Amino acid sequence: MDTLTYFINLAYVASAALFIFGLKLLGHPDSARKGNFVSAIGMFIAVVVTLMDQQIINFHWIVIGVVVGGAIGAWKAKTVEMTAMPEMVSLFNGFGGMASLLVGWATISGMTEEQLLAADGGLFVATFLTIMIGAVTFSGSFIAWGKLSGKMNSKAIIFDGLRLVSLGHLIALTILVVLFTLQPDVGIWLYLTIIVALSFGILATISIGGADMPVVIALLNSYSGVAAAAAGIAIDNTILVVTGLLVGASGLILTNIMCKAMNRSLLNVLLSGFAKPPEMGEKIEGEVKIMSSSDAFYVLEAAQSVLVVPGYGMAVAQAQHAVRELQDLLEENNCAVEYAIHAVAGRMPGHMNVLLAEADVPYEQLFEMDDVNPRMENYDVAIVIGANDVVNPAAKEMKGSPIYGMPVIEVYRAKTVFVLKRSANAGFAGVDNPLFFKENTRMVLGDAKDTLNNIIRDFSTD
Amino acid sequence: MQEIYLIFVVLLAALLGFELIRKVPATLHTPLMSGSNAISGITLVGALASSGGDYGWLTVILGTLAVALASINVVGGYMVTDRMLGMFKKKQK
Repeated sequence: MDTLTYFINLAYVASAALFIFGLKLLGHPDSARKGNFVSAIGMFIAVVVTLMDQQIINFHWIVIGVVVGGAIGAWKAKTVEMTAMPEMVSLFNGFGGMASLLVGWATISGMTEEQLLAADGGLFVATFLTIMIGAVTFSGSFIAWGKLSGKMNSKAIIFDGLRLVSLGHLIALTILVVLFTLQPDVGIWLYLTIIVALSFGILATISIGGADMPVVIALLNSYSGVAAAAAGIAIDNTILVVTGLLVGASGLILTNIMCKAMNRSLLNVLLSGFAKPPEMGEKIEGEVKIMSSSDAFYVLEAAQSVLVVPGYGMAVAQAQHAVRELQDLLEENNCAVEYAIHAVAGRMPGHMNVLLAEADVPYEQLFEMDDVNPRMENYDVAIVIGANDVVNPAAKEMKGSPIYGMPVIEVYRAKTVFVLKRSANAGFAGVDNPLFFKENTRMVLGDAKDTLNNIIRDFSTD
Repeated sequence: MQEIYLIFVVLLAALLGFELIRKVPATLHTPLMSGSNAISGITLVGALASSGGDYGWLTVILGTLAVALASINVVGGYMVTDRMLGMFKKKQK
């Protein structure tokens, strides 16, 4: 190893240490911003020392790539709405996957025929994995982005024979890895691999519905890391392996947390599209009690402690700032306000926390489900804003329910529950959430933001 | 021996990742995802060699595209994470 290579690798060790230290600092809201900065320095060092590599003789293409990509990234980062974070993260996952795919492809296309024939079989297996995982990540993320941004119907798309087609893809990929490894100089195996893997990513994601998206995004996040790690093995670069695996582990942990929060196995989420939709065992019947926003105000005015449970509907209605305004008024009125956030509320892990942080809600007031459930009886009012499944008592009470067994925020045990909902079919509708019929539940109908603003107005004129 | 060394690295990096990330609180999960998105842009390091090396046009085009995509991840990922983390505030008393 010559001195320069030695130095480059030493610098890689330093940047790996910085990534690790950065992730460690991300463990607390106070130090997290510093952690992100430390990690960015690690990245900067890794890129700069790589440019010293003597294999690199032409800089103009690199500069064009970095400037164009950096500008697009900076523009997206500056302009993205916090409510649109899930889409953006999916899109970035997809870019990461595609970048790894291209690196894998370029590794093969950059070799002469003699080099290809002389190379070790392990190299081709690693390259194959890079390209395959990269392609699945790219097309899967692209579909997830389409579903999350509303450019595609977010419902699970299922058709007859989906299972068979997917199985066919897996068999094809298994055959391709053998062919590609044995005949790396035959271009068609490479192109087929890319096509089949892209198609597999689409199939695996279209069959997953909108509510399961947090799991899918977390998993694709993990894939994008694994793809980078595989690329590292292919091009024999340890920093890619180490860093890619850190990301892979991170995504996998989040996936696991999401699955646990839904009481489902990962396989169950991924294959849910292949199973028949469960039928409701019992019909829920009862009468919905509707409350006007001005009556809701009187109840809130008398309340001592309020729990707010946000869900995806809060993001859709962009109601987080109104929630914060109401919080201020309630606190001025000597009422304690807390927030309960279910792990799968929203469309990505931690989505609600970011929205509330954007509206200046201090993070100390955000609680996890297990923190609030034991003291649920103490809350005078629980306000459910655009959440449904995560507060659904059917998960505890109804064996036939598709969500039976999922841990939920047990708002129905609070003294009063307000459910802010766009509409409810009054009377005996087949609503799948028995919370709406509970004795202590009141439905406040209308756009969540308008309802909150009405209550806020009543508070200020009071 | 090279393979054993690689398995060591894979094992330790994965275990370290699990230990570190497990300690990240739920409230920071979105910044964690966008931040790890940025980190997965490390592919950029691999792409540089293809984009700037002495290769045929196909490799250079593939490499340059990879550089651009990975740069979106790196720059966009770190910036948006910073923007989000700046929003997390303590209660002011």
